[in-house]
Amino acid sequence: MSANAIDVPKIGSRKEKKKGVHPAILTLVWIGAFIWLIPIAGSILTSLRGFDDFNAKGFWSIPERISLDNYVRAWGKMGIDRYLLNSFIVTIPALIGCIMLASMCAYALVRFQFKLAKPLYYMFVAGLLLPFQMLLLPVFKLTNDLGVYNTYWALIFFHTAFQLAFCTFVLRNFMKTVPASLFESAMIDGASEWTIFLRIAFPLMMPGIASLATLEFTWIFNDYLWALVLVTDNSLKPITTGLANLRGQYTTDYPLIVAGSIIACAPTLIVFFALQRYFIGGLTVGATKG
Amino acid sequence: MVQAPVRTVNRQQRALRQFLTILSFLAVPLGLYIVWVIYPTFQTLLLSTTDWDGLSKTFNFVGLENFQRLLGEEPFQKSIRNNILWIVIFITIPPTAGLGLAMVLNTDVKFDRFLKIAYYLPLVLATVVTALVWAQGIYNPRSGLLNSFLALFIGDAAFKIQWLGDPNLAIWSVIGAAVWRQVGYVMILYLAGLKTVDQEVLEAAKMDGAEGWTLFRYMVFPMLAPVTTIVVVISVIDSLRSFDMVNIMTRGNPFDSSNVLANYMYLSFEDYRMGYAASIAVVLFAISLIFIFLYLREVMKQEES
Repeated sequence: MSANAIDVPKIGSRKEKKKGVHPAILTLVWIGAFIWLIPIAGSILTSLRGFDDFNAKGFWSIPERISLDNYVRAWGKMGIDRYLLNSFIVTIPALIGCIMLASMCAYALVRFQFKLAKPLYYMFVAGLLLPFQMLLLPVFKLTNDLGVYNTYWALIFFHTAFQLAFCTFVLRNFMKTVPASLFESAMIDGASEWTIFLRIAFPLMMPGIASLATLEFTWIFNDYLWALVLVTDNSLKPITTGLANLRGQYTTDYPLIVAGSIIACAPTLIVFFALQRYFIGGLTVGATKG
Repeated sequence: MVQAPVRTVNRQQRALRQFLTILSFLAVPLGLYIVWVIYPTFQTLLLSTTDWDGLSKTFNFVGLENFQRLLGEEPFQKSIRNNILWIVIFITIPPTAGLGLAMVLNTDVKFDRFLKIAYYLPLVLATVVTALVWAQGIYNPRSGLLNSFLALFIGDAAFKIQWLGDPNLAIWSVIGAAVWRQVGYVMILYLAGLKTVDQEVLEAAKMDGAEGWTLFRYMVFPMLAPVTTIVVVISVIDSLRSFDMVNIMTRGNPFDSSNVLANYMYLSFEDYRMGYAASIAVVLFAISLIFIFLYLREVMKQEES
């Protein structure tokens, strides 16, 4: 696994030379791809047409008129702008906090030889797969006790803490690939551990952090369960529970809901397309051996 | 003689300083993790043996009563049956499709980038959005994509199909949407795995005349075994975590026919049946533990090599 933490695979960069794929199979793959895209393409199309038009003629009809009205309505009247802002207010601090703390953790687990290093690492690995429901009641109670229930802080704290497991897991394996001699020579020059961490280790972790950040951004931004449990005030809701809430109010106006949904996906889609390689690199960490 | 004690003191001092340095790095992250993750895990175990209602300050210990009640209740039985169905589908269909796609797209195919993006785009979308789009855009009996499409062949009868409203169809429809999301994920994992397959060994096998299915069955697939383990673990864990889709598409309706443990636990929480909800979480946890150990074993193996 070690080497793979850095090795951000470039999609389709290395192709195997062998006999071509059977045309029948290739056709199947193409048909599949178009079927896979139908829900997305259909959503975009639906979001551009009026409610009456969609309702009267159904999905597979030619729209009477194409307009951005639904987007305008979703943005202003339905309050998608507020929800979107809330999502950023939660996601960005959680993302930064989690990556900073995980990089400290990763550095300590690799740099220092102490008995607990391995057990702590395995504890984080086990934490990766924990069902969220196992934490739901105590975390709900904890946020109440701390007085942060129904505030941004509840989500920021929880996401930071929970995502520590995955971030530490990835960065720790990344750190493993850095030769220890780099740190030793700095030690001899009299640098303190924190100086070595900040000046040498952290910058070296940057490619790993890039992968991690794209992935974590998507995960935290798209979280639904914790937003549902920890934030009830409509003006504080992030986009995920915000959308679910709107769906309750405008049940039948599907073109409007879908326009809101597309706005909701825009930030993660932008991050994804801009940093696709890192995204894939992050996803496959742990799946392959170096 | 005089130096020896000094050196011990020095060593102790150094050990102390080393300890403090380690602590300065670990204290905050570990503290957070213990407070928000480790301690809550044990607290849920404890709560599962109580009758806590979420509001009162006190509660009584009721032993295993919650679990006994749980096992006898229909929503629980339906939920666990649906979870098993979900797992069975998730460890068969997406891995097969994902591996097949990875095998095809790992070769010299034209427009492979477009094809890859088409398959893994759903993964980037929020599950909430996926669930909304499928529930209303695709499965809606009257205006949905699916029935409108079927109507082209079977006429108006198609509009009677209640994909999410029919107790016999609901869970299949929800899982269908989840599969749409999962295939691309598995494909990515296998594509990454295929890049680590030893090309020289493959070339040698080809020299010996192995090709097509034989090459795949006896060479490529065994070499992908570690990836397959991870894929299975991830698929099972994702099945057990299936909350968003169910909660948004059906909330487990009709009559719990599409309920799953994660959603049933949440509904009990909403009803302030906290002890009961905790016991559902513990059941989920117990099933997950098997796979947590499987995964941990794989990681430990990699750690030693």
